[in-house]
Parts: sequence; C-alpha cells; structure tokens
Amino acid sequence: MSGYNFAYLDEATKRMIRRALLKAVAVPGHQVPFGSREMPLPYGWGTGGIQVTASVIGADDTLKVIDQGADDTTNAVSIRRFFARVAPGLRTTERTAEATVIQTRHRIPETPLREGQVLVYQVPQPEPLFRLEPRRAETRRLHALADYGLMQVKLYEDIARHGRVGSSYDHPVMVNGRYLMSPSPIPSFDNPKMHRSAALQLFGAGRERRLYAVPPYTEVRSLDFEDHPFVPLRANGRCSLCGAGDSYLDEVVTDDRGGRIFVCSDTDFCTERQTMREAAE
Amino acid sequence: MYVAVKGGEAAIANAHAWLAEERRGDASLPEVGTDAIREQLTLAVDRVMAEGSCYDPDLAALAIKQARGDLIEAIFLLRAYRTTLPRFGASAPIDTGAMTVRRRVSATYKDLPGGQVLGPTFDYTHRLLDFALAAEGLTPPAAAETDPGEDAAPPRVTGLLAAEGLMAAEEASDAEPGDLTRTPVTFPAGRPLRLQNLARGDEGFLLSMAYSTQRGYGNNHPFVGELRQGDLAVCFTPPELGFEIEIGDLVVTECQMVNQFHGSRTEPPQFTRGYGLVFGRTERRAMAMALMDRALRAAELGEDVEAPAQNEEFVLSHSDNVEATGFLEHLKLPHYVDFQSELESVRAMRAAVEAERQRAPAQAAARQFETEGAGG
Repeated sequence: MSGYNFAYLDEATKRMIRRALLKAVAVPGHQVPFGSREMPLPYGWGTGGIQVTASVIGADDTLKVIDQGADDTTNAVSIRRFFARVAPGLRTTERTAEATVIQTRHRIPETPLREGQVLVYQVPQPEPLFRLEPRRAETRRLHALADYGLMQVKLYEDIARHGRVGSSYDHPVMVNGRYLMSPSPIPSFDNPKMHRSAALQLFGAGRERRLYAVPPYTEVRSLDFEDHPFVPLRANGRCSLCGAGDSYLDEVVTDDRGGRIFVCSDTDFCTERQTMREAAE
Repeated sequence: MYVAVKGGEAAIANAHAWLAEERRGDASLPEVGTDAIREQLTLAVDRVMAEGSCYDPDLAALAIKQARGDLIEAIFLLRAYRTTLPRFGASAPIDTGAMTVRRRVSATYKDLPGGQVLGPTFDYTHRLLDFALAAEGLTPPAAAETDPGEDAAPPRVTGLLAAEGLMAAEEASDAEPGDLTRTPVTFPAGRPLRLQNLARGDEGFLLSMAYSTQRGYGNNHPFVGELRQGDLAVCFTPPELGFEIEIGDLVVTECQMVNQFHGSRTEPPQFTRGYGLVFGRTERRAMAMALMDRALRAAELGEDVEAPAQNEEFVLSHSDNVEATGFLEHLKLPHYVDFQSELESVRAMRAAVEAERQRAPAQAAARQFETEGAGG
C-alpha cells in the first residue's frame, strides 16, 4: 500500500514503542504507559497487539495471526491481511513452528514455543485488579506496594461460595514473584504455558495505552492457595478430527437434540496431527 | 458432520463488496458528491472535524460519505488518517478575541459593546418540517447583510466581568501543555489535558454529562457569559524563515460559562469560568464542554466531588467515542474459547452440587426445607 511506512507506523512511533517494550522486558509484568496511536482497526479488536507487532517486525520475519486459537477466524484473517498490505516482503504463515512472530487473541498455541519466537498478545484490559478497584490511580499505588490482598480475598470468596476459583479465563498470574499481571483472556488451561516459556511474550493494550512483557524463562505462577492449588480446566473429551486428548477443545453443537462434538481450538496443531495420522495410515 | 465455520477470507471480501453496493444505494439516483456534503451537511462535517481532531472539511466530507453517514465511523476514519501525518511544529496560540464574529450572544447582558449578533442559527426557528425543502432547485434569497465595522471583533464578556474583579483570575502558565494523543493520560490529569479530552469527546456523552450537572448531579449555576463563532487566522513560524506567517483560517466556536462561586476562607465570592472551544459551528458541544470544564474544576475550587460529571478519571476515561465504540463492538468478535471455559466451569460446579446431593439426599432435602421455610 503506497503512502504508508513499512508496517503502517512511522519509524519514530515504532522506536517509541520499542523503548517502552524494553522497559517492560526489564520489569516483567509491570504495565508501562505508551503513546498508543489510532490504528485503522477499531479499539478492542487488537490495536495494542498490532502496534507491538508493527514495532518489532521486519521484512525478514514470518508472521502468524490467531484468534481463538485459529488462523481462519475473521479477525485473524483481517489482521494478517493488514500486515500483508502494509509490510511488503513480510511472509505470513499458519504454522506455529515456522513463525518468528505470532500475534494472538485469547490463546497460546499448543505446540511449545522455542527461543527466538515472539508471542504478541492482544489485551483488552491490562489491569488485573480493575473489577475490584476501578480507579487506575489507586491500582497503580497497589502495584507499587505489591498489595494484592484484594485479589487474594476475591479468590478466597470464590472458593468459599462455589468450592472453586470462579475465573475460568484471564486468571491472574504473579510474574517473577513481584507483579500481578493479567494473562489476557486466555483460558486458564493456557496459563501454565506462560511459565518459563522459551519465547518472548509481549502484551499490548491499545485503548488503555499500556504495554507489558514476560521475558523468556521467567517464572509465571497462577494465583492460588496452598490448600486450593490452581487447576487448569478443559472440556473432558477428545478432538473429533485429530483425536487429541490433551489440547484445548471448542465445543461444536451439531444438532438441536443435544448433539455435540469437540474439536481442537488450535487449528494448526489439529491439522498437523491429522496430516501425521494420514501419513501413518 | 458439521465443522466450525471456515472461509473467513472469502466471507470478508463478499461482505465488503455488499457494503460498497449498499453505500451507493439506488444506482439510478445521482451519487452524492463530497463537495455537496462539505457545503450542505456542514454541521456533520464540523462534528467529524472536532471529534476527529483534524481540521479538513474535504477529508471530513469524504469520511462521512465512506461511512454512509455514520458520524462515529467517519470520526474513526479521520482519526486513523490523522495519526499517520507527520508533525512539523506547533502554531502560535489562536486569539479568539481577534475573531471575525458571525455569531455572538451573551445571556448575561441585554446589550453590550459589540452587540448581540444572532448569525445563522436554529434558535428561534419553529421546528416544523419544511416540505418545500423536499422539492429541489430552490435557492434561498440572499440574507440581509450589514457591515459590522469596528464591531467585527467585539471584546469578551468575561473580560468585562474581570475588569470589575468579579471573575476569578486564571493562573497564567508558560508550561508546555501535554498531548493526550502522544502521552497516555494519568490521573490527576490537570486542566489543559481535560480541555483537550473534552474538545474531542463524544458530543452525546458531553451533552448528557453536562445535562446531569444541570439536574443536580454536581452543583452548578451556569450562565452563558458569551458564545462566539467566527473565523480566525492560524499563524506559524517555520524555523527556516524565522518569522510568523499565516497558514490558514479556522472556523471555531468559543463558549465562556459564568458560574457562581461562594468564595472560601481565602477568596471573596466571585464568578468562575467554564471554558469551551471547538472546531466549526458545533455550538452544543462548545456549551457542554464549558459546563464540563467547570464541573471538573470542583476539586480545585474546594467543592465536594460527588457526581460523575465532577470525577475527572470517570469523565476522561469514557468520553472518547472511537475508544468506546471499538471496545463495545468488539463483543461481536468470537469469544468461544472463553465461553468454553465458562461452560466447563459452570458444569463442574453443577456436577459438584449434584454429587453432594447424591451422597446425602436427606441432608439436601432438609436444607431445601429450611430454605423454603425461611422464605415462607
């Protein structure tokens, strides 16, 4: 697309975002304010993630974009097409193993990430405490004091009332033993994948104008209690397409008489397994 | 077997083709031109320029056409374009006192230096549908004109009050104002950033919040000291020239609200100012902005901060319609991964309850009896 710089943002803006990212990497889990720009896609649809991707990507990178784990969901298609338009030379892929940068909404790929890969999360609400304390001036103070009693009490109340922690996604994590962080609305099933991941994890919240990061091999613990340890949740079933019994599953309703099947939410993981199975037969 | 919906690529292309067709409407009718929008839908153009933070009537008209008349969508288009523009520098502050006024009214004085100038206003029109407008080809007769002479740039009403010592003075400052499009706002934000935010905030939001102060949510007794509308020159000093040159004209609307202030231990009773300044002829938003500016000064003036309109963080965080509409409409995006984990969570809780009931049916029944008994 003519008239726009490589990856849409001008170089000065990208440099500003990279400086904020360096700070974020230096203080894992800490929310760094940044001068978020208006993007040609709406707020809430991945503007933070897009700005982070635009700032770290180069013409020799290979980009994968997923939404709900899948490469073919409309918003993932739209973001991938956006980068194909504004970043000439950039290669795109649907394969997790081939990608150097993966932008995601709501999932972490099933295939373990390796060193050198960057996982960029789209974050709707970077403040993990916002439901308990809406005033950001106050939550900043709580983070500064590492005062996370509010969240501990909330988890305790969930357990007392329901016998289990109520948050099934966006379950808060402690990063490097210091900052409470929102993992973005990934299912709690994905939380353990963040712990000591070999990949660099970057988080962008465009509307809220915050960036944060988890450097490779950083400790990421889901908040819990000794006598009520964190338990990730998945549907009890196997994928109808590839037979996986350990992946995160989407439920697909097949008729109006209660019929349903489960399929992998990670389309690349599922396709790989199907190809391998066919090759074996 | 049913498999999850595929083919996002083709679906998007088809949807956009359909959208383009819908935008054009009945092809046997003439297409509306951006010049017609710029000239005949001027107040829509003004609103898009104000909330798009970009003074360019031609681009605003194009955005309105592209957005099928959805002004928030048009504002979004203009903002996304504006953000890519390089910045060469900052213009000299505009002087609204030197404005060539087309309209200037004061509600606080019957007559005053410079007089009352109604200008092209809807005020005092009877809101009766004018069926003659439905017929095309009628050009209205030219309106009567008088030469304003030396009244073209009348003195400000708040200046008249200040001369008498009745108007609280504003602290002059040479500090570089912040820029909320470049630096994220932190709270307390302070008045310069509040005014920036209000100047491009959603008109409907500002209107409702300002209205809430009039209905008692945030004490406030406003008078329109002055409302003025007209043309202003914008001046800029290019570093390579070293002297000021005029680079263009703006139409702006300025509103100065005068509010009673009972005084404090250190200050005598006097009037305080609520200030509104907006691109174009969007008078309603200038007035709403002025009410909101005054409401948000509550803490500074030692008033109780109780109402939403007085809460800086609440107002500033929710006034931007591009942010708000994006986040609200993102609920249309798929959320099935999260919903699946909610589904499993609810099922697990229900299974636990069921298991308990199976284990001790008598106890469960007893508890149910207690609950019902308590209810009766």
